[in-house]
Amino acid sequence: MALEVMVKAATPIPLDLAFRVEPGELLALVGHSGSGKTTLLRTIAGLWRPETARVQVGGTTWLDTGAGIAVPPHRRRVGMVFQSYALFPHMTAAQNVASAIDHLPQSERWPEAERLLDLINLHDLGGRKPQQLSGGQQQRVAVARALARRPVALLLDEPFSAVDRATREKLYAEIVALRAHLSMPVVLVTHDVNEAQLLADRMVVIEAGTMVAEGPTGTVMSDPRALRAMGIREAAAMVPATIDRHDSDGMTRLTTSAGPLWLPNVDGAPGTRVRVRIMAHEVLLSRARPEGLSAQNILPVHVIDLQSSDGLAVMVRLGFGEDTILARITRRAAQSLALQPGDQIHAIFKSMSVARDHITAGGATTPATR
Amino acid sequence: MDWTALWLSMRLAGWTVAILLPVAVFAGRFLAYRNFGGKVLVEALVMLPLVLPPTVFGFYLLVAFGANSSIGQFWSATFGHQLVFSFEGLVVASVIFNLPFAIQPAQRGFESVPVDVREAAFCCGMSPLRSLWRVELPLAWPGLMTAMVLTFAHTLGEFGIVLMVGGSIPGETKTIAIAIYDRVQGFDDQAAATMSTVLVAISLFTIAVTYWLSARVGRRLS
Repeated sequence: MALEVMVKAATPIPLDLAFRVEPGELLALVGHSGSGKTTLLRTIAGLWRPETARVQVGGTTWLDTGAGIAVPPHRRRVGMVFQSYALFPHMTAAQNVASAIDHLPQSERWPEAERLLDLINLHDLGGRKPQQLSGGQQQRVAVARALARRPVALLLDEPFSAVDRATREKLYAEIVALRAHLSMPVVLVTHDVNEAQLLADRMVVIEAGTMVAEGPTGTVMSDPRALRAMGIREAAAMVPATIDRHDSDGMTRLTTSAGPLWLPNVDGAPGTRVRVRIMAHEVLLSRARPEGLSAQNILPVHVIDLQSSDGLAVMVRLGFGEDTILARITRRAAQSLALQPGDQIHAIFKSMSVARDHITAGGATTPATR
Repeated sequence: MDWTALWLSMRLAGWTVAILLPVAVFAGRFLAYRNFGGKVLVEALVMLPLVLPPTVFGFYLLVAFGANSSIGQFWSATFGHQLVFSFEGLVVASVIFNLPFAIQPAQRGFESVPVDVREAAFCCGMSPLRSLWRVELPLAWPGLMTAMVLTFAHTLGEFGIVLMVGGSIPGETKTIAIAIYDRVQGFDDQAAATMSTVLVAISLFTIAVTYWLSARVGRRLS
């Protein structure tokens, strides 16, 4: 059952947009704070009612201001993970999860809560109160509680913003793994473009309440209008890779469709599929294969096209084996290399230019760039 | 020691608490969660008994409940006796006079429940009533307990209003506070001292038990 949302409102934040999320698809609503993305999520959940809006899941209408339909939040089968998690502080983790399935008889409720805690790797901590759990554990409980109702739409409101970077990496991997079990539309609200690119199949970029760009993540991430809204330095491509081996000096060798990639210390056994986010401004281009360079990654690519992204710079789309990467170089550099579509060149980037939280398990359904 | 008066005060305080508990829950919750035009005025009205002299307040109640008022006439026709100078009249006056002591702490209690926690309850499929029972009451509990204890202790100690609305009829409207006043007027300092000590002990005990309970609840929550 797909989720369809249309909102027009003047307060609290001007909003005018519509989008659709397919079952099993993860859509990221990306924008700066105050862009209206959380208000959209609250509208879907029924916690906010804009002047004009329609929210439909499958054949069910949750909200239609024109027809006077407004199903209250507790009658919408929606799973919501709040930014602050909003766990019930007087209940244990297991009770928190079970509170969403009050309607089931006792004999089914607790096994179901146990099953969900197992799913998020928290089976030993079911008896703890939220205050006795770390931020990452609290977030997992919130996810389990949101899934307990078997929601027809799962809503995630900045679910990773309250944890430290190391925890966030683990949680990304868990969400990717969890998606194999999810068949409902998932909406992720985030201001973090990296997060959206790692996790989402499709993206909607919101600026001041209107949609700037919408589409598959890879397409949006090379869309100049989207990049203007998100910040041009966020331009990046996702490259699927497989872990090949770990060397004793801490370097990991990965194979991609364009050749081997050397990155520092990637988690995962050989054979693990991952996706690597390569930032456009970290990529150098060279006509000749350079010698005596400290950069560990020199890979053959071909120029697909050049787009001027702003006055000074040019965004070059590059065929990278079967995948695509982006390079953002100055207009002057593009002119001195005389780059033309079809040219065979070399892309160079440092191992150190890929941050640890720019790598995630390869579970997403669609390739990032197409 | 006037045991009749003490028992009357306890009954009055008990009834006041019993009636004000649901009022405090619903009015406190309403004021905590809703914004509406004139909210400040309503809040001020609830607080009014706190600042008005008991005699002023008692005078208005006397007028409102008296034999010439419609409320008073309705009461006489229905129950066969006057509302003023009766135990029931005292309960009504006590309930009104204790509104700030009950509603204000209850409101603070409900305000202490984070908005997103209440919203999470809805998103977990809880109806507003179920959310009240499962999430809001357990979290607002310290505020509600404060409300009930303040109401109870304050009713025991109330003097002016009781005298205005109730008079001093033994077994009907003569509370412990008024009995103490009577004894002092009658130069029976010994009896006044005994009763005062008992009143201090009861009040202290009630408040101590509350603090102990709320400390326990605090531990349970953290």
